[in-house]
Parts: sequence; structure tokens; C-alpha cells
Amino acid sequence: MDSGGGFTDLLQFIFMGLQRGSIYALVAMGFNIIYNATGIINFAQGEFVVLGGLMMVTLTMGFTFSIPFAFLITVLFVMAVGILMERFTINPVKNPTVLRLIIITIAVSIILEGSAMILWGKESHYMRHFSSDETFEILGATILPQTLWIIGILILIVIGFMLFFNFTMTGKCMRACAINRDAARLMGINDRKMVMLSFALSAGIGAVAGIIITPIIQMDFGRGTMLAIKGFGTAVVGGLGNSLGGLVAGILLGVIEALGAGYISSHYMDAIALLILLIVLFIRPSGIFGSSEASKLKEF
Amino acid sequence: MGRQDYIGLCVFFAVVLTIPFLITNDYYISVLVFAAFNCLACIGLSLLLGYAGQISIGHAAFVGVGAYASGYLTVEMGWSPWMAMGAGVVLVVLIALLIGVPALRLKGHYLAMATFGFGTILYIVAVAAVDFTGGPAGLSDIPAISLFGLVLDTDKRFFYFSWAIVGIGLYFGLNLIHSRVGRGLRAIHGSEDAAESVGVDTPFYKIQIFVLSAVYSSIAGSLYAYYVNYIDPGPFSMMHSVLLLTMVAVGGMHKVWGAVIGAILLSLLPEFLSFLTESFQAVGLEYNEDYNTLIHGSILLLIMLFLPEGLIDGLGRLAGGVGGMINIKRHQDSAGT
Amino acid sequence: MKRRFLCAAVSVVVLLLASNLYAEPKEYRVGAFFSVTGKFASLLGEPERNSVKMIEQQINDAGGINGHKLVLFVEDTQGDNTRAVNAVKKLVKKNKVCAIVGPSRSGSSMAALKEAQKAEIPMISCAASEKIVMPAAERKWIFKTPQKDSDAVRRIYDHMTKNGIKDIGIISGTTGFGNAGRNQLKLIAGEYGIKIVADETYGPSDTDMTAQLVKIRNAGAKAVVNWSIVPAQSIVPKNMRQLKMTIQLYQSHGFGNVKYAKAAGVAAEGIIFPAGRLLAVNTLSDDNPQKALLLDYKTKYEAKYNETASTFGGHAYDAIWLVINALKEVGDDPAKIRDHIEKARFVGTGGIFQFSAEDHNGLDKTAFEMITVKNGEFVVLED
Repeated sequence: MDSGGGFTDLLQFIFMGLQRGSIYALVAMGFNIIYNATGIINFAQGEFVVLGGLMMVTLTMGFTFSIPFAFLITVLFVMAVGILMERFTINPVKNPTVLRLIIITIAVSIILEGSAMILWGKESHYMRHFSSDETFEILGATILPQTLWIIGILILIVIGFMLFFNFTMTGKCMRACAINRDAARLMGINDRKMVMLSFALSAGIGAVAGIIITPIIQMDFGRGTMLAIKGFGTAVVGGLGNSLGGLVAGILLGVIEALGAGYISSHYMDAIALLILLIVLFIRPSGIFGSSEASKLKEF
Repeated sequence: MGRQDYIGLCVFFAVVLTIPFLITNDYYISVLVFAAFNCLACIGLSLLLGYAGQISIGHAAFVGVGAYASGYLTVEMGWSPWMAMGAGVVLVVLIALLIGVPALRLKGHYLAMATFGFGTILYIVAVAAVDFTGGPAGLSDIPAISLFGLVLDTDKRFFYFSWAIVGIGLYFGLNLIHSRVGRGLRAIHGSEDAAESVGVDTPFYKIQIFVLSAVYSSIAGSLYAYYVNYIDPGPFSMMHSVLLLTMVAVGGMHKVWGAVIGAILLSLLPEFLSFLTESFQAVGLEYNEDYNTLIHGSILLLIMLFLPEGLIDGLGRLAGGVGGMINIKRHQDSAGT
Repeated sequence: MKRRFLCAAVSVVVLLLASNLYAEPKEYRVGAFFSVTGKFASLLGEPERNSVKMIEQQINDAGGINGHKLVLFVEDTQGDNTRAVNAVKKLVKKNKVCAIVGPSRSGSSMAALKEAQKAEIPMISCAASEKIVMPAAERKWIFKTPQKDSDAVRRIYDHMTKNGIKDIGIISGTTGFGNAGRNQLKLIAGEYGIKIVADETYGPSDTDMTAQLVKIRNAGAKAVVNWSIVPAQSIVPKNMRQLKMTIQLYQSHGFGNVKYAKAAGVAAEGIIFPAGRLLAVNTLSDDNPQKALLLDYKTKYEAKYNETASTFGGHAYDAIWLVINALKEVGDDPAKIRDHIEKARFVGTGGIFQFSAEDHNGLDKTAFEMITVKNGEFVVLED
């Protein structure tokens, strides 16, 4: 009966997990950037992904722009949305409490979701793959070229951000703000500007995630919530504010889900993944890579 | 309980008693019955959130446990609705202890994630455990509950019943926060470390309040099951947990009364939006119900931007403001004559 | 200046209130509730809402029903069962309707039917699960227009039997529709000697079913049945193509919106599924009794809304016409409308209905046509 062979199946599940996990990792990165700058969890993060995907669909399928050009325009567009969001909903808030800011981001996500529904309609939108959509085989398991694009772009972004945060002045300023806002301000860093920048970057990453995943999963207005939830889980388990942690946790979550669906039960796939996340949290209350100090900083 | 709270409770019961005389349309009564379920869950949540300072994005799951315990035990096991509701409470206490003991060691966003994860797991179980829960098809033909031999199967009867329970819940909650436990809780909210150093048994208090707030939710769930007579996983999803949280925040999370007001207003919001839709369409304007999502989000956003302490605080300030203006007016008038 | 603005605002509010309360005495009030803005079911609810709105206008432009204006009240359930229950209460108690059309989803129908029964108002569901109208004796006031899911299963199994397929894998969405189909697939398999070698599910927001499909492949299935109503169903054919699975894919009648096929692109080619004849009206022979009506509905709908007509809109079309036909004959007494529908024989988009006291659906498996996807279009499958 076993036509695929044990190893081939395992490889197939791992490919599936990598593809899912890369998206979780990107969403988690978006969460982390804003979290580091502001201490809040931006629940509109999933909507950035949706906007990125939908805008890309319009530009490539509607206006038939070339993919690199459309990619650029889409990222800039979503970054602009991120900046607007920060200017009009986060920046004006005086004496923010964490819960209040969370609810604000939830409100923004509702508004963005509604706007996407009105602008793009309710159907699922599809888009051509970056290159061929013919799968090829690796050791008997099949993989889409798009999956390689996803993993490749994820790696580029991670490297890009590592360079940015470690070797540029702006990046270092952002890190300074993340470590200690007041001290950074005393050193002459414009912390408000850093917050705005963090929203722009985070929106940009969301847009990229949306762009690269849409050819595989299609995109519709309602996908944001679930993406935000998964990304949030990933970010927390990786240790909030820890980008490397988010990356590892995202890939792990994706692979665990795939293996769970493949070997245990698709009915309980998400439950298995969440249960493992919970157990990790109970054993390491600040996430896999988080420090217990950092988790104490932000209270409600 | 403070004097204000006593007056508040009197006003509350007076309003509840008179509403069915003012609103003759049963439809609006039923909207208010649903508001009562949310109210009950929100009172519990506000004790946890506003007084113990612990977040939960999984409370809809407790509502679900109550609802499913009531549904399953009455439909499949033939238990009486009251017995089933009691069993739901016992089950919820056990689950809350199981999840609460490890989870409440977590803080802030980590606790949020843990409660969320647990809520989602229960939701998935409700969808997947078809033999017990009916899966996505749900459980139908849940019996109505009766009180002193009176079957509560009309909207008005259920209205009185559910709001009476909200009133009891409110009374209990208000008493609690003025008790020793309440003072301990507030100390925890202020600073957990400080509270511990003066001898407040922090973990114990937190667990107590977590379990209590879960019980409120469970009862709300049982009532839901007996009123709608049908349950499926939908109303107990993550989205509903977030909605409950939003209600508490919108009302004002540092006051139990805020939870009551937030729950009522956000429960009525869809009615207001559909009234808006009908009105626009009736005068011939192109208005699509798709826009309601935007209005809903905007209202939420505006409240959070301009009323940081929630509606209850905003109303208080508004009342104060009007009072102030009247005073000024009086002052000017007397100065003029 | 401020005062003038206030005056204007007040008069607008008064106008809105007045217009809302104002009602002509001699009008027929009919309610409808669909999942218009729901996340996973708006591809059902929107065409349904559009269809009944179109008919309302059509009827009133032609002078109403025996001179009575038809007034339609449409509620949006957002795919949420609590809202569905509330919508029935509202339609019955506030809008005083004499009959109700909808809702879109099986779960919402199950939740809402009790209210309709209690209020003794006929409700004609546009959802698939046959539990909604079974047993008919206990569902006195409830009818439904979509074909039965058991009949859809039978048509699929007929086709499999003819092609010698015995071992199958099933994959279904975790919604009321998917769950009902999954139960029927398992229930009826024995009758046909078909063996279900793998039984998988996916959630409405899932994005990848590779793992489930690998399990189905490894279990030795010779065909896959994908039973779902949510947009995620389009991912299954794509994943199968990605895995280079060449076994036949069957879909349910929940695939009846060409947008689902478009979303799957080339992977949708060759999918076989049972559906009402609306989807392939152009390939029907001229003597088909439904053809004229189907063409009429399709042309008008597509001209008005600039999108392809779907079977879902058709279900609402059938439901509202059942009510209108009853109104024409017996007026707006709910009990009389119910009795009239229970005896109705009616040519609709879903098939030729013959209702009876035992059958509140009125369709059998001949209402289905086996449809396949060819060059991105739905065509009738040639045997």
C-alpha cells in the first residue's frame, strides 16, 4: 500500500512545513519589530499580509506589471498604510496602556479587513507563480519552485535585517530604543520617528509575506486574522522581541503542523501544534529564546 | 460595596424590571437577552482583567464548555437543565485549575498567548469531537430551563431570568472587590512583587479569580444553550474571546460597571448598524451592509483613542462636564442680573 | 452656523426614522437572511441576496403580486449562527414577514429553524444538509431548495461504480456542509461496495492540504472526494497537482461557483462534480424543461450584477419564487403559504420540485447533472 515510502513522505511533510513556517516566521518578524519599538502586539499585522497579496494580484493580474516592479510598488504601498496607521492611531495616544493599544490595533485590523473586502470583493484571488508552477522532485518528494522563492526571500530578509540592525545608524538607533526608550531619547534619538519606522518596516515585511505566499494559497480579505494569530503565537514562543527566536519558532510550528497532519490527525492538526506551544511556554515561561527579564518589562 | 454601588444596583434592577414594559417588540427583548450573556461573561473577565490585572484571550472557551456541558448532558444524557448547568460549572472549575495553575505563572503577552492557545484547542476539539459535540453541525433540540415549574421558553421570561442572574453576578462581583480578596487583587494589579512582600498570597488569589471568572463564563454559556436551544462551535471561537475583551476595554476595564456598559453597548451595535443600513436604503441611498465592518471598526477605534478609560469614565466626565457647564451658566446668569 | 447644521442633522434623523417606520398597509412582507459578509460563505450569501433583490424589483416593476407590493427584508447573518437566530426573530417580530427565505449555511439553518417553527412562519433554507428538513413531520414549517447531499453522494458513487473505482479517500471542510457530506459519504459507501480508505478534514482557513493528500495517496485511494463549501476547497486540486497525483478528483455541489474553479486554475481541469443544471445551461438540449428558465435567470442576473450566476443564487431564486407563487394563490397567511408549498410542483433552477408532506425538499438525484471543468468552464460531463 505504501507507495511513497517513509522517507519520501517525511520529506514531503517537511517541505510543506517549511513553506508554512516561512510565512509564520515573516509575520512573527513583523510582530517583533513593532514590539521592540513600542511594546505592543500589532494585531493588524495579518492585514498587512492580506493587503500585500491583494495589491500584488491587482498589479500583476490586472495591470500586468512585471513581477519585480509590482513587488516594489506593493511593498511601498503597504508600508505607506503602516505609516498612516502609526500616524493616526498609535502616535496620538497619550499615556498608552498595553491593552488599549492592542484594542486599537484590533480596531485597525477590522477597518483594514473591511476596506479590503470592499475594494477587492469577497472572492479568493489567484496569481501566477513567480516562475514555473510545475513541481519538480527531490528524492521522490515534490516541491514547487514558488516554495524555493519563499524560502530564498525569507533568508534574504533575515540577512538584510541583521545587517540593518547591526551595521547602520538607523538600525542601531532602533535597537537602542528597544532596549531602553528613555535612555535612547536622552542620547538624542528621535524615538517617535523610530516607532513610525518600525511600523513601516513591519508593514513592508507583511507585504512581502503576502506577495510570496499568494501564488500558492490564493488571497482573500478574511485571511488576516488567522495569519496574525499564528504569527503572534510564533513570536511569543520564540521569545517576544527576539527575531531569531521568531524565525526558529515559525519554522518549527510549520513543520510540527505538517507532521501532525501527516502522521497523527488532520482533524486535530492545529490543536497539536498549539498544545506543543503551550507546553513549551509552561516549561520556558519566556519563550524558547526569550529572557525572563524581558518578559517582565511589559505589563498590562 | 460602596454606597454608589448600592444605588447602581437599585437603578439596574429598576431598569431591568421596566424594560419589558417599554419595549413591546420581542425582537429587541431577545437582543437584550444575548446582551445579558455577554454581560455575565464580561463581569467575570473584568474581575480578572481590571482587578487582578491578568489578561485572557480564551474566555469564550469557558462559555463554550458551559454551553456544551449543558447541551450534551441534557440532550444525550437526559439530565435536568439545572443539573447540567451545575456540572458545567464543576467542569469549568477543573479546566480552569488545570490551565490556570501553570498559565498564571506567565505574564503579559505570554499569558495572553497561553489563554489564547488553550481557547483555540478547546474550539478545535468542539469542531473535531463529533461524537460528543456534534462537530460543526452542533447539538440541536436542547431543552428550555424552568424555574419553580415555569418553563422559560418566551423571550420575556428569559429576559427576566438572565438579567436577574446578571444582577446576582454583579452583586457578588462588587462585594468581592470590596472584600479582603479584592484588596489583595488590587495590590497584585499595582505591583505583584510588592503585594507578595507584604504577605499577599499572589498565586492563590490569581487562581481564585481566574476560576471565578471562568465560572461566570460557564453560566453564561449554559444560559445561551437553554435560550437558543442549539449550539455549535461558532460562538465560542477566538473571535468571541476577543469580542469579550473588547467589551470590557470599551466599557472601562477598571470598573465592573464598565464591563456591564461595554457588553450592552457592543451587543447592541449590530442592531444600530442594521438600523443604519435600513434607514439609508429606505431613503433611497446606495448603502451596502459591507460598510458596516468599517463603521464597527471606526467606532471601536474612536472610543479607544478618545476615551482611554472606557465609556464609563467618558460618561462620568461628560456628566461632570455638563454639570460644570450648568454651573458656569448659572454663574453667568447671576452675574448678569 | 452651528445651529443650522444641527437643524439639518435633526431633520435627517427624523427623515430616516420616519422612512423606517412608514409602511404601506397592503404589502406582502417577506424576509430573507443570508451570509452576505461572512468570511467563508459570502460566495454563497452575496449571489443569494442579489437574486432575491432582483426578483423583488422584477415583481414590483410588473405591478406586484395581484396588486400587492412585495417588500423584502434582507438580514446579513455574516455566517454566524447567533446572528441567524436573531435574524429570524427580527424578521418575524419586527418586520412581521409572512415567510422567510434563507439562510445560506447548513449550521445557520439548524440554529434558526427552531425560531421559525416556534413562530409558525415557513422558512425555506438555501443550505444543503438534509438534516434541515428531516424528518419532515418534525420540521413542519421548514423547506429547502438545494438538492440533497445524499443524492449528490449517490451521483458521485454511480459515476465511480461505472468507472470501476472501489477504494476512495475523502477530504472535507470542517463546516456544517462539509461535516454533513462526510457523514453521507460514509453512510452510503456500503450500499455501493465502496471502501473509504482515508478520511481527512481541513479547516476553513487552512492553506495547505498536502499532508492530508499524501495520507490519501498512501492509503491506496483510486479517487478523492473533496466535500467543502469554503474557498479553501480550491487548494485541494492545486495540491494534488503539486504532488503529481493523477487519480480522479470529485468535488461536491459546493463547488458550484465558477470562481472556485477559476481559483484553482489549470489544476481544476477534469474535476467531476454533481450540480444543478444552471452551471452548464449552454450545453443542455433545447427540450430540457428547465432550460428556458435557467437561461432567463442567468442572463438577467449576469446583466444586472456583472458576475457569473452560481447555483447558490439559484437556490435563493427557487426559494423566493416558491413564496411568490404561494402568495399569488393564497395571500399572505403563513399557514396557507406553508400548506401551498407542501403541495407545490415547481420547475426551478435546482430541478423539478415535487414537494409532499414527507419530502420538504422535493428533489431527487435526477436534479443533478454531472459537471466537469473544461478550459476553465463548467460543462456537462459526456458519458
